[in-house]
Parts: sequence; structure tokens; C-alpha cells
Amino acid sequence: MTVPAELYYTPEHEWVSISGAIASVGITDHAQKALGDVVFVSVPASGTRVTAGEPCGEVESTKSVSDLYSPVDGEVTEVNQEIDDDPGLVNSDPYGAGWLFRVRVDEYDDDVPPGLLSAAEYGALTKEEEE
Amino acid sequence: MRLRAHHTSVLPKFPVGSLSVTYSAAAQPQHQARRTPLTHVHEQLGATLTDFAGWLMPLRYGSETAEHNAVRTAAGLFDLSHMGELSVTGPGAAAALDYALVGALSALRPGRARYTMICADDGGVIDDLIVYRLADAEYLIVANAANAPVVCRALEERAAGYDATVTDRTADYALIALQGPRAARILARLTDTDLTEIKYYASYRAEVGGKPVLLARTGYTGEDGFELYVAPEDAEYLWTTLAEAGSGDGLVPAGLAARDTLRLEAGMPLYGNELSRDVTPYDAGLGWVVKLDKESDFVGKAALAARAGATAQRQLVGLTCRTRRVPRHGYDILWDGSVCGSVTSGARSPTLGVPIAMAYVRPDVAAETGTAAAPEGTGLAVDVRGQPEPATLVPLPFYRRPS
Repeated sequence: MTVPAELYYTPEHEWVSISGAIASVGITDHAQKALGDVVFVSVPASGTRVTAGEPCGEVESTKSVSDLYSPVDGEVTEVNQEIDDDPGLVNSDPYGAGWLFRVRVDEYDDDVPPGLLSAAEYGALTKEEEE
Repeated sequence: MRLRAHHTSVLPKFPVGSLSVTYSAAAQPQHQARRTPLTHVHEQLGATLTDFAGWLMPLRYGSETAEHNAVRTAAGLFDLSHMGELSVTGPGAAAALDYALVGALSALRPGRARYTMICADDGGVIDDLIVYRLADAEYLIVANAANAPVVCRALEERAAGYDATVTDRTADYALIALQGPRAARILARLTDTDLTEIKYYASYRAEVGGKPVLLARTGYTGEDGFELYVAPEDAEYLWTTLAEAGSGDGLVPAGLAARDTLRLEAGMPLYGNELSRDVTPYDAGLGWVVKLDKESDFVGKAALAARAGATAQRQLVGLTCRTRRVPRHGYDILWDGSVCGSVTSGARSPTLGVPIAMAYVRPDVAAETGTAAAPEGTGLAVDVRGQPEPATLVPLPFYRRPS
């Protein structure tokens, strides 16, 4: 299982990449492995207001359907159109071509938006769950 | 992301909760789950294992979609050793089965197999079965893993008045299925048996890779293929030998997830989804398995005869969705906004590329076919978590292999 050090994570198995005011969001390698083949993803449309910890979409795999949660407060600026044609990108490249949506994050006080985990913290969390 | 848990019955019923529950349950199956003679082979292959009907079984090895497609275009290798094998032997075996099951098993010729069912007094389905007649006085009955103990007990009770012996032989067999358009080509490399002589639903005692097997041309994928009933101690050797023989032909190991989408596309019922104690064979469109005209009485006959002559309360249908959200087991079917039935099995069809489902609906709805052009808000839909998704009735099966 890969957990890139430069990303932030949520306990709901999503990753967040922060670049200036923009956060890119996807699901982790751990999540895609557990789900199996992703067959459909619904994400919030551009312009939608999202709230950290609130459901904002769904990931359907062959055998299950899971809620997507927004990891941050903000407004969706872009969604990955490629996922619509090829949801398998979420499995084959979860941290790259399989990204799901981007959010212009509301202003926050600390270095990173609140509530996110570091790679080390997320790695420990998934390790705990596997044990 | 959190799991909202909509599983079909090939998956264990995980508690609803976080995604991690799925993962840890799959990685750490309950310790009492039975292992097949091939479980450690699956572990070596890196399979995701799951507790299915009390057995530790491979759910998938890598991509279940790739496994599905391999079976449609080349071949797949399945471990089905969890299935229950029951033998019924003795001079009264044929008569006992004619009484115990809905089919006419005394009419089955040795070397042939038949799809049949065991029903309760009220006509409800206890299990669907494949019955092989191995000799005049020897039958092998293959039951679903979850039902095998119940079927065994029912057979023992029903055979009590006959000169026949029922034996649970599940532990005596490993079952390997080789399925797909290239199955015969691959198997031919390992046996002297002329496979063109083995017709669909026939069985044959043969040698494969030098090992004695009961070789049957049966399956649950909608493709040509074989099922090999083998001694547990030969299972690993035969699995490896078959895998090697087929590696140049695109043969891959395939798990229960692929098996479920393959059988769904082929319109084949799964016990616990399309079949249960609450439905009769007629409800499932499988009334042809009930031989009301056989000479003997049989358990469930009166109820089934009444059902055969009555107006159906529900009908099993196929449907495709016109959007991409997937109908799943238990979702309501809507007709002009009102509930008219329920999804029994659903998935995105890897072969067709759209969501497909089998469902029980009211017969008057099943009779409606012109729903494709229905105005918005009317016609047929599946309630996918509160949102009606338009659907279209289609004839079963969804997929028929090219002849």
C-alpha cells in the first residue's frame, strides 16, 4: 500500500493535495484496494459549496457503494472528467490520473486545513485497521 | 469515504461502518472459516479472501473486471471447493430422489447431469442443485455451500423409506472449474479423453494430468467449460497444471466477484437472491424443473401443482438502467412512482458496459415493454438510494455466448 509523504489524508480514506488555495481530492490506495474495481463515481459539480466531513458524492465498485466526504470547506472549482469515461483510473492511479475533484479552500488559520492527517498518521491508522 | 454496505450475497454481510471494516474483515477472516485444499494457493497468488458461507474463498486476485473479461474471451480458473457434494447410493437411490426433488431423476441416464431443485412442502425452494447420475445406483448432488447441511438433512429424511444411503462427501472433493471459450482447448492438452464426446451437462470419469477426476461439462458463467471433481490431495497439482497449460491462452484465476457478474449476465439465479424459501420455481421462471407428471409423489407436489395453475404474484425479469448508478440487491422497483417489485441482483455489466439487474416485479408490470419512451417521472425505475433511475425491461439472459 502506498501513502505518498507529500499528501494529507482523512480517516475516511481520502487524500488531499494542497497547492495554494486549491485542494485536490481523491481516494487512497488502501481504499481502492478494499473497494475493488470502481465502476462509477459521482462528485459535486463545479461551483458547489462543500463542507468538511459532509457527504458530497459516491464511489461505486462492483460490490459496494461508499459515500465521498469533502475533506475541506470551500467551493468546487474542477472535477476530473476523465473519471466519467474511465472510472478504473481510480484503481490504476489513485494519487494521479484518478484524482476526483478540486476545491478552492476557505481561509484557515494553520498551515493546513483543520482535521487532516499526515502521511505518517494515516499510515498508522490503516496499519491499525489491518491488525 | 465510508462504506454504505450494499453487498450481494457473494460477499459477507459486513457491519455497516467505515470502509476499514471491509478491508480488515477481508484481510482477517473469522478464524472458524473453513479452508479449501486450494486456500494457500490463493494466498500465494495474493488474492483478496473473504468468508463466504463459512468458507475462506478468493473474492478476486486482482481486477475482478479483468477476470470477468478473461472468462468471456479466453478462460478462467475457479476454486469451488466450498460447494457441497452429497452422494445418494443404493438400489433405491433413483426412487428416493424422485420423491425428494422436483425433477425426474430416475429418468436421468448414467453419465448425465441435470439442474433441479429441492422444495419444501409449501413449494418454496430449499436449494437449487446439479445432480449427476454416476451409475444406476449412484448419484452425486451438488448443493450451494450455505445450504448443504440443510439439503443433506432433508435428503436423509426423505430417503428414509427407501433403500438408499445419503452421505455428505463435501470433504472428499475439491472442485475446480475451467470456464471460457478456450477451456476445451486448454483441457485437451492434459487428457486423452475426447472432449467432443462430453456434451453439455454430461460427466465422465477421466484422467487429467495423470490424476483421476470426475469431469463434467457444466458451469455457472454462461460460457463453455468444465468442472473437475478431484481428490483434495490432487487439487493443488491440478490447479497448477491447468494454470500452466492455459497461461499462453490467457487463462487467469478468477474469484467469486467475477463469478457473480458472469452468472448475472448469463441470467442464472443465485440462491439467496433470486431463489429462497419464499419463492417457488415458477416465480423464478424455472417452472420447467418441476416434473408434475412424473409417476411418483414428491415433496411439495400439491403446492407446486396449485401454483402452476394459479395466476403469478410476481415474475423474475431482467432490466438495464439508463443511467450509470448501479441497482443493487433489495432496491425497490418503481412503476409510475409506486413500488412494484425489488431488485434481486444487480451490477455494472462488464460485457455490456451498463448497469443490469434481475428483479421480481408484479406480472402486470412485467407485461409492459414499451417503457423506453415513457415520459419523465413515469414508467419503470429503480430507487437507487432515494433517486429514481430510469430502467428498461429486457429479456433474460443479458448475455448469450456466440454459438
